[in-house]
Amino acid sequence: MKRFLGFVRKEFLHIFRDYRTLFIIFGIPVAQILIFGFAVSTDVKNAGVAFLDLSKDEMSLKLTDKIISSGFFKQTENLTSYNEIEDIFRKGKTKEVIIFEKDFAKKLISEGKANLNIIADGSEPNTATLVTNYTVAIISAFNKDLMGIQTSNSILIQPEVKMFYNPELKSQHMFVPGVITMILILICALMTSVTITREKEFGTMEVLLVSPLKPIQIILGKVVPYFLLSFINVVLILLLSWLVFGLSVKGNIILLLAESMLYIMLSLSVGILISTVSSNMQQAIFISLVGMMLPTILLSGFIYPIENMPKIYQLISYVLPPRYFITIIKSIMIKGTGFIYVWKETLILISMTTVFIGLSVRKFKIRLE
Amino acid sequence: MNNTVISVKNLVKKFGNFVANDNLSFEVYKGEIFGFLGANGAGKTTAIRILSGLSSPTSGEVLVAGVNASRKPEDIKKQIGYMSQKFSLYEDLTVRENIMLYGGIYGMKKSLIKERTESLLEKLNFFEYGNKLIADLPLGLRQKLAFSIAIFHEPKIVFLDEPTGGVDPITRRQFWEMIYETASQGITVFVTTHYMDEAEYCDRISIMSEGRIVALDTPENLKKQYNADTVEEVFIKIARPVNN
Repeated sequence: MKRFLGFVRKEFLHIFRDYRTLFIIFGIPVAQILIFGFAVSTDVKNAGVAFLDLSKDEMSLKLTDKIISSGFFKQTENLTSYNEIEDIFRKGKTKEVIIFEKDFAKKLISEGKANLNIIADGSEPNTATLVTNYTVAIISAFNKDLMGIQTSNSILIQPEVKMFYNPELKSQHMFVPGVITMILILICALMTSVTITREKEFGTMEVLLVSPLKPIQIILGKVVPYFLLSFINVVLILLLSWLVFGLSVKGNIILLLAESMLYIMLSLSVGILISTVSSNMQQAIFISLVGMMLPTILLSGFIYPIENMPKIYQLISYVLPPRYFITIIKSIMIKGTGFIYVWKETLILISMTTVFIGLSVRKFKIRLE
Repeated sequence: MNNTVISVKNLVKKFGNFVANDNLSFEVYKGEIFGFLGANGAGKTTAIRILSGLSSPTSGEVLVAGVNASRKPEDIKKQIGYMSQKFSLYEDLTVRENIMLYGGIYGMKKSLIKERTESLLEKLNFFEYGNKLIADLPLGLRQKLAFSIAIFHEPKIVFLDEPTGGVDPITRRQFWEMIYETASQGITVFVTTHYMDEAEYCDRISIMSEGRIVALDTPENLKKQYNADTVEEVFIKIARPVNN
């Protein structure tokens, strides 16, 4: 045990003495949280909206009022005909045009439904999606109000389910789980694989292997510091998103941290596996970045919803651990659900961890022979 | 003989159909400097890995410091020291931290490590470097330090795998002085090298070729037997037999 502790201490010295390592471990998460939170904010504030109200009745005016007073939109102009729509988009300030059909209120009351068209500026696809989603959300809220007054159970427009768990429409809710997932892969898989291959490259691994330290102690000694630092990182990211963006964990924080530990172990075992198959640091970095980081960003549902992907990518995403972890962490953080709702994903992560640990232990032994 | 520290009898190591070590038998004695020569691919590395407990023999009996290599390879590790041609020190740690680390890995008590560290620094005239990073040390000093650390826990045998690769002649000379001193303290030195002048410094040398030991004796006897002036000539005569 004493031998082992001395070895762990040495690993910490490596980390704290290399400012680049320190930067990757603590600088990148902080930077990412702030960048995603402020710069790449996908929130909508004062987006320009124009109205083409062909009925100008009680209902259309009320809904217009509601949209403008939501704080997300700013009225740019009132249009009088369809011909003006293209013009107003060209001016650039208007992101969305909302069109009320003729006799809006009348139809709504007599037929139980009325048409409303939303046209968004598709040249900025991201904003367009967001703006229309926001509008739909506001309209569905309006629908609910109406249903309270009337006895009929008519619905104007189906609300987007995605918004349901994000009533404040804050984009931070979406990226914090993603950033945690990405950082853990970065630190655990990349850093561990690099630190182990570094020992191989510098010839120190040979000396460790002929020493009385057991191979399992060597691996654990390399991994324990990164486990601790990764865990501190999760806490740091959660604290930061709470302090800066006022984002608190809705569900059980202990459960969240426990699931994080599971995911850290999984990523570490992936890191060890990478180190056993790569013969130098460049290879390890390449495999970690291309094999782990890119899929995490692109295919795990962090940025692009999995449901919108082509079928083949959806299939690939089934074998990616981040997919399950993002689902778990989103459920706990945003929806506030308990273990019963994420046990399947947890079970998948546990079995993946077992497989990876088994594989890397085997690979490590083969390399010894 | 009672002071045999390495005893190898009919050692065979196979990888699939390939025979890396073909029926090796030899003994190495206490305090001896034993040169282990052979061309690349002759099977030296495989043999050293077995002797240092990293790998187990396919058949045959190997005793290192009284420990059976097939049955308890882990116990061998406590009895030996090891230094390879690559520098085995951590460049981003200081001299003292490196010593502390290796002392700790070999299970030495802290007080003992501290005591020996001071006497080692004094012996090497290293006091000014104690708290310096290895990266800031000249190559020659690193080499000496690496060797001192390999024998820091006072092993019965120290394995040196091409320890003087890429080092200038003066440092090599000093390095061999350290090897002599170590051997005189009763630590067996098991050394591989490609420098044939170094082979002359060994008490006995063995020459391997194609998995077999083809010669084993003192440098003097070998030179006489093969009618050569230097070990290098002997080596060329037997390690690369003329086929035509």
